[in-house]
Amino acid sequence: MSVDGISVSLSGRQILDSVSFGVRAGEFTGLIGSNGAGKTTLLRVILGLQRPSAGRVLVLGAPRTHRNTSIGYVPQKVLLDPDMPLRARDLVALGIDGHRFGFPVPSKQRREAIDAMLHAVDAESFADSRVGTLSGGEQQRVLIAHALIGRPQLLVLDEPLANLDLKSGQEIVSLLDRIADEQQVAVLLSAHEMNPLLPVIDRIVYLAGGRAASGTTDEVVRDEVLSALYGHEVHVHTLHGRILVVAGPTEESGLASDGALGTI
Amino acid sequence: MHWVFESGFFSSHPVHVAIVVGSIVSVVSAVVGVFTVMRGQSFAGHSLADVSTAGGSGAVLFNVNPLFGFVAGGVVGAGAMELVGVHRARGRDLATGIVLGASIGLAALFLYLGATRSSTTGASQQILFGSIFEIDGSTVAIVAVFGVICLGIMAAVQRPLLLSSVSIDMAAARGVPVRVVGLLYMLALALAVGLSSLAIGAILSTALLIGPAAVALRLTKRIGWAIVAACLTGVGATVLGVLLAYDSYDWNSRHAAWPVSFFIVIIIFLAYLVTELPFVHAATTRRRDVEPVMFPGVDR
Repeated sequence: MSVDGISVSLSGRQILDSVSFGVRAGEFTGLIGSNGAGKTTLLRVILGLQRPSAGRVLVLGAPRTHRNTSIGYVPQKVLLDPDMPLRARDLVALGIDGHRFGFPVPSKQRREAIDAMLHAVDAESFADSRVGTLSGGEQQRVLIAHALIGRPQLLVLDEPLANLDLKSGQEIVSLLDRIADEQQVAVLLSAHEMNPLLPVIDRIVYLAGGRAASGTTDEVVRDEVLSALYGHEVHVHTLHGRILVVAGPTEESGLASDGALGTI
Repeated sequence: MHWVFESGFFSSHPVHVAIVVGSIVSVVSAVVGVFTVMRGQSFAGHSLADVSTAGGSGAVLFNVNPLFGFVAGGVVGAGAMELVGVHRARGRDLATGIVLGASIGLAALFLYLGATRSSTTGASQQILFGSIFEIDGSTVAIVAVFGVICLGIMAAVQRPLLLSSVSIDMAAARGVPVRVVGLLYMLALALAVGLSSLAIGAILSTALLIGPAAVALRLTKRIGWAIVAACLTGVGATVLGVLLAYDSYDWNSRHAAWPVSFFIVIIIFLAYLVTELPFVHAATTRRRDVEPVMFPGVDR
């Protein structure tokens, strides 16, 4: 999948300005940017939910079609009411044929596919519980299973770690890493915090000011690249293996205490 | 229950019609209602009831079968709501409130004009509180046709509708034509509200739509069973309501039967109270150890 010169303007405001990058099969890509950087807008363009004002999205070299089963999607906010009569297993089943009209045809094969998917995301223990009663991390796993059961080539997740505690977040990241490998699927995950992803991501797409820089973490997360992206001086600091991006200029001795853009 | 037989319950023609129509209406309302409650669109159902009140009372004024008025009002209202976007309509309390107020105002005008022009004084009572004992044979056939259309729509859109109830973006990304599915569902909702207005009255129609579904959703965690439970609750309440209303003719010496709508709505209400009892509700909430994630974000 590649994104080619995507620009989006919403009500006169430019959200994205000729963003281009590619996602290769089997790779884990982190889409990093602070709140309002345009991550969700970019993902919506990739999914075909938002029309770009310029540029195009290519899937396997061809422009993406409307009904695209090659991309699985886990949206940022899924509001599941605890009273909703929908078991985890039912939500996964909707990933197979939820877009079809009429009644589903139950079959042994279908059941087995659902059980296997629930097993793959470690969701067997709560497979028969209502999705709305599950914890954030458990819901996230069920949504991942829902997105993956259609055998997509690309799995897109919008801020899957946003509402999770640190431990659940880490579990989801390592689950995605394992699944990307097992199911041979490319993963594109957006986050405002890159550090939890550093151990697993192959490539990074850094969004700031509507523009993007992409490459490996070492290529992108550098003073000169990010300064050019932000349009003013920023510095990258590494502290115990964690990366901090702060607005410069800074003194050599430590991290800037004021004017920080945020720890990204 | 010998009094039922003694008072000729099973040989009365209006009672037969009432039970047939009431059962069709209850099933349709229950099926649509489960999705309505699940989608958090009880408000949309109530709005459609208001608009269909205007339609029904207008129909009476122009000597048209009120059922057509109810359904036409509902369909126009549903189309308008879908155009504006149901979720946005709900956000815009002020605009929605004014439109719904105007609908009821229109209904007041139509009912007044109808009452002054003709001698049929029962029209307001029929429109607002139902006329299940006064339905003629030809209307039964129309009820059946509308019922079949409504259930047909729901059978067709159930899966895409469920998916877009979970997340509209997730459904759209899968290629579900979410606008079309939403519009078809609103059409089914308009039909259900129209039918229910005929049976228990425009004012009370939401009770038959929402009540049995709300009872069912507390009893089971599977949508198929929820629909079955809602149908049983709705049909049970309606048949029992008809029976009690018929019998209430003999409850006092003046022989003034109580309105059937009262009985139906009260039975549904009591059923809901029963599901609130701890040991009944516990059946669906086994995982008490997990904090339910209740509407994070206040977007609703």
